Amino acid sequence: MATANNNTRYLLRDLTDKLASTLAVLATLLVIAPLVAIFVYLIYKGASSVNLAFFTQIPAPVGEAGGGMGNAIAGSLLILLMGSCIGVPIGISGGIFLAEFGRGTKIANAIRFTADVLNGVPSIVMGIAVYSLVVKPQGHFSAFAGGVALGIMMVPTIMRTTEEMLLMVPNAIREAALGLGLPNWRSVLSITLKTASPGIITGCMLAFARVAGETAPLIFTAFGNSFWNWHPNEPTAALPLQIYVFAISPYDDWHRLAWAGALVLIVLIVLAVSLVRYVTSRGVMKGAS
Amino acid sequence: MGVGIEVSNLNAWYGANHTLQDISLRIPPNQATALIGPSGCGKSTFVRCLNRMHETNPIARVTGSVRIGDLDIYKDAKPVEIRRRVGMVFQRPNPFPTMSIYDNVASGLKLNGFRNRRALDEIVEKSLRNSALWDEVKDDLRKKSGASLSGGQQQRLCIARALAVDPEVILMDEPASALDPVSTSKIEDLIFELKTHYTIVIVTHNMQQAARVAEKTGFFLNGRLVEFDSTHKIFTNPSDKRTEDYITGRFG
Ligand SMILES: Nc1ncnc2c1ncn2[C@@H]1O[C@H](COP(=O)(O)OP(=O)(O)O)[C@@H](O)[C@H]1O
Ligand SMILES: [Mg+2]
Repeated sequence: MATANNNTRYLLRDLTDKLASTLAVLATLLVIAPLVAIFVYLIYKGASSVNLAFFTQIPAPVGEAGGGMGNAIAGSLLILLMGSCIGVPIGISGGIFLAEFGRGTKIANAIRFTADVLNGVPSIVMGIAVYSLVVKPQGHFSAFAGGVALGIMMVPTIMRTTEEMLLMVPNAIREAALGLGLPNWRSVLSITLKTASPGIITGCMLAFARVAGETAPLIFTAFGNSFWNWHPNEPTAALPLQIYVFAISPYDDWHRLAWAGALVLIVLIVLAVSLVRYVTSRGVMKGAS
Repeated sequence: MGVGIEVSNLNAWYGANHTLQDISLRIPPNQATALIGPSGCGKSTFVRCLNRMHETNPIARVTGSVRIGDLDIYKDAKPVEIRRRVGMVFQRPNPFPTMSIYDNVASGLKLNGFRNRRALDEIVEKSLRNSALWDEVKDDLRKKSGASLSGGQQQRLCIARALAVDPEVILMDEPASALDPVSTSKIEDLIFELKTHYTIVIVTHNMQQAARVAEKTGFFLNGRLVEFDSTHKIFTNPSDKRTEDYITGRFG
């Protein structure tokens, strides 16, 4: 009797376990499916147009075959480099302030609140804001203005992740550093920050990947350019902008290039993120615990 | 060489909580001094006042004076200077997790701007030898992270890290309470060695440990120092009834 009872109970438990696992796997598939679908579709539509010319040439005039997005790729690199140079240091220093120096102060709360609001500002608004702050006074569009817009957009994500990652560092680590007679700033920079660095780098990469695909903030700032430009102070093409221009055009040729551009954009982001991860993971010791 | 410590009328607070009340005592140089007492009586707070770690807590406050050697630490010096002369080992081993064994030991010097590679190598080796860890780690000094060692090894690594900055006093706050018996006895042996060069103040909840390693013992209760005397006297013939009750296990 007792064993029979135990048996049914065991079966029931086993069934519940299987059901829960199945649901979890289904949910995971549901999340991954669109991602895979997008990628496959991009490859299907765009891979055939990705060739050497795509990386080395500028867009061909309407009606002419061929052409590429070389100038847009270069422009995106330039803008993203400037954006990161602005967003990463400001974001990380802000996060350090929030977690290590300003804890509980009014100004820290105000900064945190501002960052959260900034995070919710539509990207087109960021474009307009930088237009009136940088483009208007300068009198012309520029890659620099685009970099400023993207840089500002990176700040909130980086700042908040830096703060959270620093707060996760156990207090015992800080005490160990102070106990050795290290000044607080030294302990923050060389011990706490270093301990939290894997998470902080992930935050920077997230922010980077997010702004790398932004179009709206670049419309009023980098503006776009049909030719090569490496000068930070000139209007500059950018991949998302060029994709947008090609995609809304009526020409099949350009549509194909737009697909190829989207594919290249995604691959470049993945490459950049992997590269940074690889470079920064060397030289960092991993604990067993 | 170790130096003596002279504490007079030390009071400490956490916010409104008057944690230490009028503590005065003299800790002799080059000996181990044990501090015992029930948990929450203020032992940790007391040792944290000896290297000015107490004030790193924003709600904390201290009055009174502490002389280490000829230095009045609350008057004559900055906290960072004191903490280089008075090293600390904490209850839970806390090596820097992202650093190699070598860098853990060298951290106090390196991060204070010490750049002489060869001297650094020597100091790291000496500190690891003095903390009885050298033979176990000498082959993977730079390969392994401090966090990959066992708990007992981590604690000895933390001792080596404290020794590397060449302190005069070493404070140990229940250094063995998170360790197994074998590791504990290694730490106790180590304390015997270290006494010859340093003044040691050790907090312990383990009375046999106090009896084994310390020349002098202080008994704390509710933020007050009830009795401070030679370890032998405290454990065989205490003058205060409360000390006797505590060491005979009647409370605490
Ligand atoms: N960080 C802190 N904030 C507020 N109160 C504290 C803090 N640390 C300790 N205390 C209080 O101070 C008293 C003494 O604590 P502690 O020195 O840690 O005792 P012990 O080490 O003897 O167990 C306790 O009542 C405890 O509640
Ligand atoms: Mg304690």
